Amino acid sequence: MELFSANSIIFFLLATIILVFGVISVTTTKILRAATSLFFVLFAIAGLYLFLSYDFIAAVQLSVYAGGIVVLFVFAILLVKNLGEETEKVSCQKKLVGGIAAAAGVIVSLITIFKYGFIINESADAIAETVKMQTVGETLMGVDQYQYLLPFEASSILLLACIIGSVVVAQKNKEEKR
Amino acid sequence: MNIPVEYFLVLSTLLFFIGVFGFIVRKNLIGILMSVELILNAVNINFVVFNRFLFPDKLEGYIYGLFVIVVAAAETAVAIAIIINVYRSMKNIDVNTIKELKN
Repeated sequence: MELFSANSIIFFLLATIILVFGVISVTTTKILRAATSLFFVLFAIAGLYLFLSYDFIAAVQLSVYAGGIVVLFVFAILLVKNLGEETEKVSCQKKLVGGIAAAAGVIVSLITIFKYGFIINESADAIAETVKMQTVGETLMGVDQYQYLLPFEASSILLLACIIGSVVVAQKNKEEKR
Repeated sequence: MNIPVEYFLVLSTLLFFIGVFGFIVRKNLIGILMSVELILNAVNINFVVFNRFLFPDKLEGYIYGLFVIVVAAAETAVAIAIIINVYRSMKNIDVNTIKELKN
């Protein structure tokens, strides 16, 4: 690959955004700033999906993650008192342990990735067009092989259980209400 | 598409271990939950990239990515409800000081 084609410039831009804001979001002491960095990371990941020309999953990423979950985080941070301004101190020893664990994992994973030798499907270049929405819908709703109606229905039950569960967990006790 | 698949995998590996670092280092529950989100997103990038580069005529990684997003959203909603409940009964969400389930 040449270094200064439009594709590689976009890819490296997105990768830089993801990594820089990811590091900010785990190291900053202000939790609200961490939530904002998380938002940028999720946004750039949606850009990465668009870059791979998967439109629908980019839209889902934007609406569910960047639109829903980050707002949920911000609300939780604001509901929990004096978390926004208070800085949390992290002991140096804990940082060292985390850094060593992360570095060891990165090294092992990188060795595995570069030794494995992926067999790239040669038609990957040819099919660089977006997946049709009709195909996605048929794959989600069909019952044949490589079609996923059962997981779809299971996830709908999971969502229902989560709605009921979070309402039950978050509601106040009767004694507290009085 | 002239980016090698390894570049995407390196990106998602780094993002995954940034999340692991945050999971170890963070002390309040919301920060830990944010790190878990980073980890889930890194895994999701892997699913989508494998689908795009290795099996572009199938949609398996794509659908798995969608389901990961759905499950992560559900998990976050329930976890934040639990965190707010914990905060309400104990007045803090620091993992070092939360030692009892029932007070």
